[in-house]
Amino acid sequence: MSLNRRTEALPIAIFLVLALAPVAASFGAETYLLGLFTRVMIYGIAALALDFLCGYGGLVSFGHAAFVGIGAYTAAIFGAHGVSEIAITLPVALIVSALFAYLTGTVCLRTKSVYFIMITLAFGQMIYFVAGSLSPYGGDDGLTLPLRSTLFGFPILENDRALYYAVLAFLLGSYLLLRAIVASRFGRVFRGSKENPTRMATIGFDVFRYQRVAYVIAGCIGGLAGFLLANATEFVSPSYMSWQRSGELIIMVLFGGIGTLHGAIVGAAAFLLLEDMLGGVTENWKLIFGPMLVLIVLFARGGLLGLASSIKERLSRG
Amino acid sequence: MSFTLLIVQTLNGLQFGVLLFLIAAGLTLVFGVMDFINLAHGVQYMLGAYLAVMFYALTGNFLIALVAALGAALLFGLLLEFTVFRHLYDRDHLEQVIATFGIILFLNQGVKVVWGAAPLSLPIPEILSGTVVLSPGILYPVWRLMIIGSGLAVALILYLLVSRTRVGMLVRAGATHAPIVSALGVDIRRLFMIVFGFGTMLAAFAGVMIAPILSVEPGMGDSVLILAFVVIVIGGIGSMRGAFIAALLIGLVDTLGRSFAIDILRLVMPPSPARTVGPAIASMLIYVLMALVLYFRPAGLFPAKGR
Amino acid sequence: MVKLLSSVAVMALMIGSAQGPAFAQEKLKIGVVTTLSGPAAVLGQQLRNGLQLAIKDNGGKLGGREVELFVQDDELKPDVAVSKAKALIDRDKVDFVVGPIFSNILVAIMKPVTEGGAFLISPNAGTSNFAGKDCNPHFFVTSYQNDQNHEVMGKYAQDSGVKKAFIMAPNYPAGKDSLAGFKRFFKGEVADEVYVPLGQLDYSAELSRIAASGADAIFVFLPGGMGVNFVKQFRQAGLADKVKFLSAFTVDESTLPAQKEAALGFFGGANWAPDLNTPQNKKFVESYKKEHGGAIPATYAFQAYDAGLLIDGALKATGGKTDNKDALRAALEKAPFTSLRGNFKFGTNHYPVQDFYQVKVVQVGDKFATSIDKKVFTDYTDPHAKDCKMK
Repeated sequence: MSLNRRTEALPIAIFLVLALAPVAASFGAETYLLGLFTRVMIYGIAALALDFLCGYGGLVSFGHAAFVGIGAYTAAIFGAHGVSEIAITLPVALIVSALFAYLTGTVCLRTKSVYFIMITLAFGQMIYFVAGSLSPYGGDDGLTLPLRSTLFGFPILENDRALYYAVLAFLLGSYLLLRAIVASRFGRVFRGSKENPTRMATIGFDVFRYQRVAYVIAGCIGGLAGFLLANATEFVSPSYMSWQRSGELIIMVLFGGIGTLHGAIVGAAAFLLLEDMLGGVTENWKLIFGPMLVLIVLFARGGLLGLASSIKERLSRG
Repeated sequence: MSFTLLIVQTLNGLQFGVLLFLIAAGLTLVFGVMDFINLAHGVQYMLGAYLAVMFYALTGNFLIALVAALGAALLFGLLLEFTVFRHLYDRDHLEQVIATFGIILFLNQGVKVVWGAAPLSLPIPEILSGTVVLSPGILYPVWRLMIIGSGLAVALILYLLVSRTRVGMLVRAGATHAPIVSALGVDIRRLFMIVFGFGTMLAAFAGVMIAPILSVEPGMGDSVLILAFVVIVIGGIGSMRGAFIAALLIGLVDTLGRSFAIDILRLVMPPSPARTVGPAIASMLIYVLMALVLYFRPAGLFPAKGR
Repeated sequence: MVKLLSSVAVMALMIGSAQGPAFAQEKLKIGVVTTLSGPAAVLGQQLRNGLQLAIKDNGGKLGGREVELFVQDDELKPDVAVSKAKALIDRDKVDFVVGPIFSNILVAIMKPVTEGGAFLISPNAGTSNFAGKDCNPHFFVTSYQNDQNHEVMGKYAQDSGVKKAFIMAPNYPAGKDSLAGFKRFFKGEVADEVYVPLGQLDYSAELSRIAASGADAIFVFLPGGMGVNFVKQFRQAGLADKVKFLSAFTVDESTLPAQKEAALGFFGGANWAPDLNTPQNKKFVESYKKEHGGAIPATYAFQAYDAGLLIDGALKATGGKTDNKDALRAALEKAPFTSLRGNFKFGTNHYPVQDFYQVKVVQVGDKFATSIDKKVFTDYTDPHAKDCKMK
């Protein structure tokens, strides 16, 4: 992995833009723009984790929204019982996500390719129906959080800007963590398991165990995203973990450019901002958005990042 | 939980099963032979229903509407194949997913623009609109029996086509060894087009047949699509026999689960929580089934050899 | 770097558009949060159409001020709805938000809208929590409390001598409220109480149970496409002649175009029907038909129309001013308008106190509509109002 300055420029630019966005937002509709970009970053975190699985390990999960839902519901259920202390709720959210990932991963990772896609969908659907049947916690209607999480009793996240920067910090943390993992020895084995699992097994690696650890890591980060989402919207509902949401996460990853990590953030931003802007232009925005997806696949291999770099190449050549 | 009720529910399960089979058959063929994940298969089913409603409004004759809808759906399917899908066959599965998802978004919104958001309906042909008496007081609609019958007939025809004809042989060979079939000089593109067109018509046929029972509305193909994927994965991708058995299995498990889950739960818990937990468990059953099947047989019940 | 600059440009563009044109300052800004995608879009469109019609019939003005509408599609996703609601409050600076159709969206947008300083007026969803312990001074409902239409049917079933009823609703909170509401007034035998997954399309399993149960009436709450499917299948199963069909939100003008003859003679509980005999209502129905190619309006349109009239009346009382929220609230509480349904006032919880009817599906020309059959409740206050602490 040669990390020259050009490959570094883009992630740095992304985080710079995100860091400065609140300053720009303060000139406009601040809470709305902050809210929108907070959502972008939260989905960015979830998409990062999915990109780690798909892009580096070839494990396409069609049930990743389940982890988002688990994280969100942990925050909301604790909130409903009057506990909103981050020092308690966040670790619990991560542990529950990890546990779910460990158990389902043990089953799912026995299968390959499209069968893996479908079995992760199966578990996603199961947890979706479980959430819908939690009638003490609103069932299908979902429930409102009484307040955002507090840190050692201080309601610091009540301020939208504080929440924004907290989410940004988590995004940066997740990004750096995943990058470090990808570059580590563990990451090399994990990537090798995508290229040639048989070979990895022959040279003595227990591929299954590596994949399961990766699945647990991705699940935890998904749970983190859910925890933040619950805080940002102050509301949770089973629809957070529907299969459509899992599909949207996959699209975000592909949209930005798979297997790059920062591409997932770009993809999440592009997806959500387009949804917001096109939705403002016409009620029938899907008539525009749908063909756009087709065109991106047909003419922009490697997603938006791929498109950008191929344009750049063409420009420098011509 | 009387015996007649069990029979009726089994018939209902069969009816749901053959419907799923009609959709899954095309999906598994396209997936198996062309290695192409076509999420837009569900909108073909929706389109079949919409076209039938439109042609029925024009002609007032169900049979003409059926035939015209199938023809129009076929043409539209081939148009999609020609403009979009054929450029996706040698792409990554994920790219196929995103492109065909784009088509779902477009068509779901498209039918809403053309036919409106309100649900539409298609009447049952007069002679088939009655009911048969299964036992005193228990009636069963003829149309549902009609769906079971026509679904089974299609299954038989498919079986004969796949096992007895040249195209069928190529399809079977294509499902397991596509590059070799191509190397042997078979025009694989033409084969793909035939398979694709056929799959499209089957999905549209399912849409037309179900339109008199279900409301015809935008997005009606989405949930069915997911179930069809469950079916082909349980059955083993590319396996027609697997799709048939899995479809009936899913149809029966889902229907019987929905109707008896609460009764069974009531044996072990008070009625009130049973009523709440029951539907959730019933909805989950098919996914539990899929997870179990894949745990013990990671490539489905009838894995096509060589993949 | 190019990427950075272009992102900043996008951001700047969004902020620019966010501030909006300066000449729109004097206009009254109203946000609409409604479902315009997915199968439920037909209900959301009725809501939007109803409000637009109210504004049009008032010469483009409400309370003497030109109106600028901001219509947002909630996509039936709560988090999207929250984001859109925040955009309405913060970017578009609306004074009122009208919507939504669905209860789960209402629960999600309540906090951002009311804490953002706007009034939320629901022309449909009216959950029990906001009618009772969580009632909110900045929230008004022009429809009903969700339980009430079901109670109408329960009362009717009790009064008309139904002995054994089979009751069914989707498995979500409103579904449970529904059956609880029915049972509050129906004291006969309940053959079975069934909850189906939300969005279920095929009712073959349930129909067989109904036939086997020996019930002489069914009561169902199956809104939208669920109702279309159930009604058709109920008729096809040959049950329509044997079992009395009672319902809420299952046969109305949004579903009848698809149900057609299959629903003829079926009963529903409602606070209104297109043939409700008031002069305003006649005018409304004609005007709606003219505007929308002969389509008959459903309750969603009528309640949104009333929401428009409510805003109009309240603003007239404050002289068109929206800056004094307490004065505006006091004006809204008096319900200073003539509702299409005639009798109308707000209870202490800001939910309507109104009459309820048993309605029946009839044929009108080549179309189908509900028609008032019998008044069941007069000036009825919902059962949760007593839990509300507002005075």
